[in-house]
Amino acid sequence: MDLRLGEAYEKLGSEAAAFCRDSWPLSGAEAALPEREQAIVWRKRALAAGWIHRTVPKAYGGAGLAPDVMAETVIRQALDRAGVPHRGSVQGTHMLVPTLLECGSEEQRREFIEPTLCGELTWCQGYSEPGSGSDLASLQSRAELVGDEWVLSGQKIWTSQATETDMMFGLFRSEPGAAKHAGISYFLIPMSLPGIDARPLTMMQGGVDFCEVFFDNVRIPARNIVGKRGEGWKVTRSTLKHERMLIGDSTGARMSYDALITLARQVHKNGRPALEDPVVRQQLAEAAGYVATQEWSVARMLSAIHENQDAKATSELLMAKLLSTDTQQLLAKLALELLPDEGLLEPTGEDVVMGIKPFTRGRWVSHYMFTLAGAIAGGASNIQRNIIGERVLGLPRDQRRAGHSARRAP
Amino acid sequence: MDFSLSEEQELLQETVRAFVAKECPPQKVRAIFDGERQEVPALSKGLAELGIAGLVVPEALGGAGLELLELALVAEELGRGCVPVPFLGHALATLALAQGGSPAQQAHWLPRLATGDVRATVALAEAGARWLPEQFRLAATGGRARGQKQLVPEAEQAELFVVGSEGGGLLLVPAGAGVRVTPTATLDRGRPLATLELDAAPAEPLAAGSAARLVTAGSVLVAADAFGAAHQLVRMTAAYVMARRQFGQPLAQFQAVKHQLANMALAIDPTRGLWWYAAHAFDHAPEAAPRAAALAKAHITDRAQQVARDAVEAHGGIGFTWECDVQIWFKRVMFDRLWLGLPELHRERFAALEGW
Repeated sequence: MDLRLGEAYEKLGSEAAAFCRDSWPLSGAEAALPEREQAIVWRKRALAAGWIHRTVPKAYGGAGLAPDVMAETVIRQALDRAGVPHRGSVQGTHMLVPTLLECGSEEQRREFIEPTLCGELTWCQGYSEPGSGSDLASLQSRAELVGDEWVLSGQKIWTSQATETDMMFGLFRSEPGAAKHAGISYFLIPMSLPGIDARPLTMMQGGVDFCEVFFDNVRIPARNIVGKRGEGWKVTRSTLKHERMLIGDSTGARMSYDALITLARQVHKNGRPALEDPVVRQQLAEAAGYVATQEWSVARMLSAIHENQDAKATSELLMAKLLSTDTQQLLAKLALELLPDEGLLEPTGEDVVMGIKPFTRGRWVSHYMFTLAGAIAGGASNIQRNIIGERVLGLPRDQRRAGHSARRAP
Repeated sequence: MDFSLSEEQELLQETVRAFVAKECPPQKVRAIFDGERQEVPALSKGLAELGIAGLVVPEALGGAGLELLELALVAEELGRGCVPVPFLGHALATLALAQGGSPAQQAHWLPRLATGDVRATVALAEAGARWLPEQFRLAATGGRARGQKQLVPEAEQAELFVVGSEGGGLLLVPAGAGVRVTPTATLDRGRPLATLELDAAPAEPLAAGSAARLVTAGSVLVAADAFGAAHQLVRMTAAYVMARRQFGQPLAQFQAVKHQLANMALAIDPTRGLWWYAAHAFDHAPEAAPRAAALAKAHITDRAQQVARDAVEAHGGIGFTWECDVQIWFKRVMFDRLWLGLPELHRERFAALEGW
């Protein structure tokens, strides 16, 4: 055990910081570009210099470096501190790109990877359907090969940013009559095509982020399939291998916790700062226990992955999502306890927009609701409990699910 | 950065685990719990032969010269097996001497403590759950100590008491004249507690003794013990719900049961790093250690207690009986949560140390 970073990583961290100082903010004519354009300009430079997505092969715009989770963490922390626009949309950078690297054709990789990493090309994810949430493989939107085009029909839902993104990667049933999981293919779909109708859904906190997307005989070229026909399920699962890239991130909980402590210093309870109230101190110290649990659990995962000993941290890896969403919900609940008046007011403006924003009081009210989205999206908490029960404790799979893959799709 | 155990640390842990599996399986834990305490000395001796008694004693004085993290790794294994041997008191007393004893005090005591031939323990709490050094009233004048300590572990075997005193220092009090030990009927029968009365007992201050540091180390050890016990309770309960059948299928097949088990595992498994870090900080980042230890003690023992309650519930009627092993692990965890003070006490310590 040695919690010092070590000379090599310290050097890497300061080099990353120096790159940020030299490259951001942009200057001259570039500084006048719209915000999104500026982010693209910066990301192109960072990508070429190997400070973002550094393991992506050179042929596709990356630096082709060997995976090093410690290096990636050190660099990401330096970029976070510098406030550079390094975080693109994760649907593109963390879901589509790894999928193409694993299963895409050479042509697809050359066409899509670099623009996606730079943010020139943005993506939404077309997975869930009104009838297919946790049971995703029951999806019914259809794809039919007509000549040299796939024709897509059906409906997707909970599609984040569908009205603002250039492309969708989505799952459609292309092999009618095949077994449930074997009948699905993975497609790349330009969102501007005729027949696509994306309608925003207003979320409970009042903001707009996800949509329902209707497909009415949408035609895409036959080559826009990733992997083979009927192998879409396998293609999406291959992406999961890359999820560990996202795990080394406990910054969200730490940021919320720090903001919560700040809030407790600012607001008053029983005539003194809430932070001096014995009950509040107990609650916050208990929350600190959860935040530290998550941070040390991440540190253990990073060390295990770094030494190619992932198995030593299996339990932490499989619990990471539920631990993180539970912690975020706890922090949000405690913040609301400190805002009894504001909790009755409807949040507005920037406070209801998803993403990393300053914790204003209205933002906490929104956040109280946002943190529920974390418990639903990307594998609902009850599904996570199944995974923990089955893969950490070795409990039997649900009988119904165990028999599922053999059943024919409707 | 490397937040993992070394090969030597893993080996130590495996060695203790193998010893426990062979020498102290649940049947023996139960026998001792039910009164067969004549089994204890052989177990103690076996562990001492592995070098556990002298883990933190400097090599020059016959020990292994290791740190709190190694002690905590042993505590995890003893907690996992609910091993009813004197460990906590001896480990803390030895650590106090190894870190705060004068050369003469160390030379006098540590070689014999390292072999386990002489047993020592710590006496901290005073009446009214006063666990914190600033609350201690017991004092020595003219080399004689007077006062009472409660909830002292391993007191009956101890030949030396390391006693917390007024002002936050520590006293060395050998068993003998002026020292009276009265056993208490203890809930965790594997770790009986006693009251210690000092009536003009010969006492000398431990040269650089710090009761605060001892509370920090003790917090780490009970957190590690509770982690081990609760981790094992989750696995015992998982095995039980796989074997027990109702409605024609194993209980584990019911999602309600599976989710209860998942919540238990989620509560305890990821907390390992809390006590790892607190133990590491004790020797490598002492300024951060009291905070980390307070957090680990409060968080882990609370989680472990809930895991233990859930374990009884998931076992059903049998879980509520004396004959079911769960009650023994349940009481182990209760001891860990209450000894050295409630989670509430440690959360308030954490808050104060944070400058809140």
